[in-house]
Amino acid sequence: MMALVLILSGCEPLLVLDPKGPQAERQASDIMLSIGIMSFIVIVVMVILAVILFKYRASKLPDDYEPPHIEGNHIVEAICVGIPVLIVAYLSFVSVQSNYIVESAPVGYEEQEPLVVYASSSDWKWHFSYPEQGIETVNYLYVPTDRPLEFKLYSYGPITSFWIPQLGGQKYAMADMVTTLHLAADEPGEMMGRNANFSGKGFAENAFNVTAMSQADFDEWVQEVHETAEPLTESEFQELLEPGHLGQMTFTGTHLEFSPAPEHNHDSETTETEADHSEHSSHDESETNEETDHSGH
Amino acid sequence: MEFFQRFAIPHPSPAIYASMVAIALVSIGIVVGLTYFKKWGYLWREWLTTVDHKKIGIMYLLSALLMLFRGGADAIMMRAQLATPEAKLLDAQHYNEIFTTHGVVMILFMAMPFIFAFMNLIVPLQIGARDVAFPRLNALSFWLFFVGAMLFNISFVIGGSPDAGWTSYFPLAGNDFSTSVGTNYYMLAIQISGIGSLMTGINFCTTILKMRAPGMTLMKMPMFTWSAFIANVIVVFAFPVLTVALIMGTADRLFGANFFTTSNGGMDMLWANFFWVWGHPEVYILILPAFGLYSEIISTFSGRNLYGYKSMVWSMVLISLLSFLVWTHHFFTMGQGALTNSIFSITTMAIAVPTGVKIFNWLFTMWKGKIRFTTPMLYSVGFIPLFTIGGVTGVMLAMSAADYQYHNTMFLVAHFHNTIIPGVVFAMLAGLTYYWPKFFGFMLNEKIGKTTFWFIAVGFVLAFFPMYITGLDGQARRMYTYSESTGFGPLNMLSFFGGALMAIAFLLIVYNIWYSFKNSPRDIGSDPWDARSLEWATHTPVPEYNFARLPQISSSQAFWDSKKNGHVLFKGEIEDIHMPNNSGVPFVMSCIFFVAGFSFVFALWVPAVIALIGVFVCMTLRSFEQDHGYHIHAKEVKETEAKYGEVLNNEDRSRATSRV
Repeated sequence: MMALVLILSGCEPLLVLDPKGPQAERQASDIMLSIGIMSFIVIVVMVILAVILFKYRASKLPDDYEPPHIEGNHIVEAICVGIPVLIVAYLSFVSVQSNYIVESAPVGYEEQEPLVVYASSSDWKWHFSYPEQGIETVNYLYVPTDRPLEFKLYSYGPITSFWIPQLGGQKYAMADMVTTLHLAADEPGEMMGRNANFSGKGFAENAFNVTAMSQADFDEWVQEVHETAEPLTESEFQELLEPGHLGQMTFTGTHLEFSPAPEHNHDSETTETEADHSEHSSHDESETNEETDHSGH
Repeated sequence: MEFFQRFAIPHPSPAIYASMVAIALVSIGIVVGLTYFKKWGYLWREWLTTVDHKKIGIMYLLSALLMLFRGGADAIMMRAQLATPEAKLLDAQHYNEIFTTHGVVMILFMAMPFIFAFMNLIVPLQIGARDVAFPRLNALSFWLFFVGAMLFNISFVIGGSPDAGWTSYFPLAGNDFSTSVGTNYYMLAIQISGIGSLMTGINFCTTILKMRAPGMTLMKMPMFTWSAFIANVIVVFAFPVLTVALIMGTADRLFGANFFTTSNGGMDMLWANFFWVWGHPEVYILILPAFGLYSEIISTFSGRNLYGYKSMVWSMVLISLLSFLVWTHHFFTMGQGALTNSIFSITTMAIAVPTGVKIFNWLFTMWKGKIRFTTPMLYSVGFIPLFTIGGVTGVMLAMSAADYQYHNTMFLVAHFHNTIIPGVVFAMLAGLTYYWPKFFGFMLNEKIGKTTFWFIAVGFVLAFFPMYITGLDGQARRMYTYSESTGFGPLNMLSFFGGALMAIAFLLIVYNIWYSFKNSPRDIGSDPWDARSLEWATHTPVPEYNFARLPQISSSQAFWDSKKNGHVLFKGEIEDIHMPNNSGVPFVMSCIFFVAGFSFVFALWVPAVIALIGVFVCMTLRSFEQDHGYHIHAKEVKETEAKYGEVLNNEDRSRATSRV
């Protein structure tokens, strides 16, 4: 099975193993590392099993062979515990390291101010608000390359999960809190993004297109949106929230102005998430200021 | 009109109407058949009111097989729908209902009764007891499970199936987003059968702790009994969480409470936490008894004692403790931060260590053995590499940073089927074949059995291994369709083909039972497999009182030592045997529970309240009842023993030979 994954990933890259950003790259390398180590374990078990089955099958043994009574052996058992402990310890070490890397600004992008995008889901659409740019899109996402991206995720309905496999793994968007996902794109191109968490009837089609482009192209696009798109009104946004499918749409202004993200609704969070959020609270305030700045656009 | 609208199916389709007709015809057929053959009395006396653990075990077994077909039919429909891109076989709503019921049925109404079947059939025999500690409670447990399962199963013809996934995450499962009564069925059916499971847990913990035969210390218990004990301890600790969560969920749906619905300050994550605080230990409730079965089977067919008995026990104890410390790995992506994820990542991976110990112990049990490739052994041998793959992909998923990429994808679906099918389903089919002669007095056909194994093993690999690849390629789970451009088509077609092979295997199981019933010899002795543990020390089929004289135990493989090393198992004279009385109350009370559950589903308050009063009346009556059971007199026991043709004594053991 593992070999099959390797072969297939060799000829036509699987999305997750074809990263276009540092977070996805880290995840892909963790995946390949664990596939390697785990294949080794599977092969060892299979070889031992095959040898035993071949050597000790009843049909090959003399009729009077009586299997011995063996209670166990401390050295053998110590090896059977010791090696897995070492493997698990090593993988734990890698995993913990990766956790902190994936949860913070992407490696190589720490110095830059991130582009903040509020990604909110409703049945069965994605709304992307760019407070800094003062624009909003539905079901498609344009992002600049070589700039850290900070996604603020929340939902207007069931729990959904924001996932762009080639940029990095997913995170939940929920109605009563905002989660933060740090991504970055290294190269321009088109990518698939979707809701990965089951959210009802329209779930299968709950996908969006992601286009990564140079900062210059991105700025040009923002400029163009400001020139051509209609402003997003509160009543129009309420209509967009109705269950159903929509194509791609573009607006100036964001819904954050009249329908803010549930960022300060801390009473409905578990203690674990609280710690995570206090780190970002100062950040959040500065963004709120930015929003008001851009509301005049 | 509004009253009746609630009973209508929200998304009718020809398949559902056909099922309705089929259900009606089968029900009429059963009633007519029972009346025609005058079997109502037999049914009532021998089965509906029985408190005999063996008969309850058989009823669990039949229910589990029945539910295996229900869940399997759901699985085949899903694979068929996904076999080609943009298929139109099922619409989104129908598909959602099918995967939801597939999950619930397979875990709660197939796997759970399967393990309870084996516990009921084997544990009292393995510890040399006459019955379980609370025989009547045991009957109530079974009937509660059964009516819970039936309540769940009628959902698709009356009012609509649940459609929020077997995890039923809120707020999706709340009234706002799941408008049919489906999720009410989910809450109440699982609640009713869950009460039964909790009582089984208490019953078997007590049985194993208090009713072991003289000389059987804890460290001399056979491995299946150990695994059943640990699993039941987990049941006792895990199921109350589910009970409370379901009460809260029911309150949200029926009484407008806001525990989990986010609109008024409820916490949707709280449901996820509750669900998995129960749900993760639940998978060990299923897998540990399966491990116990494998231990018995591998040891028997290798002709060797179990290698590393003590480390097997300790690894299970450790697994049971760790099982409660890993639930958060089901939602690494819920935004709890790197520290929490790291802790749960490590505890999850830690489970691989005791599990690995068990795998190596099974390998070393076969080492220097004399391996006979019978059907149960084929399943056990097939289990080892397949489950190892399932286990290591579990370690991969445990790395939480990488899990951000696997979460909610087909990779995860492949992983848990890769543990549950070779781990639990193979074990159940192995156990079914292994223990069939003990309870039915004839053996299942080996040739059909082995063919079945190959169909199911090859089918399994073809059905689930492609999902690892499509998962890494971005196929999310629970998508009812996908476009051609995704490229998922060929691999999903392969999965469908594998699923079809497994479906054939399940038909072969039925054929095997029928064929063997017709053709297998009945004169097979009490120990057809040349086995090692105590359940084989009594007659086949097992008499009502299990053992004419209680065995005296001095090792963990008492029967084997009595065969080979001259240990004397049965001493002294046959005496009067005390047995529990049959009772119709568990069955009646469970039927009333069914009425209560159904009424709650449709918010019919008057019948609901009346039914609940009925439940309390049953409980009150029981508390005033004086029931001391009855005695089977020594003379009668001797007559029964004589009918078996041989009064088993230790000299007879040596001529017990294998018929394989």
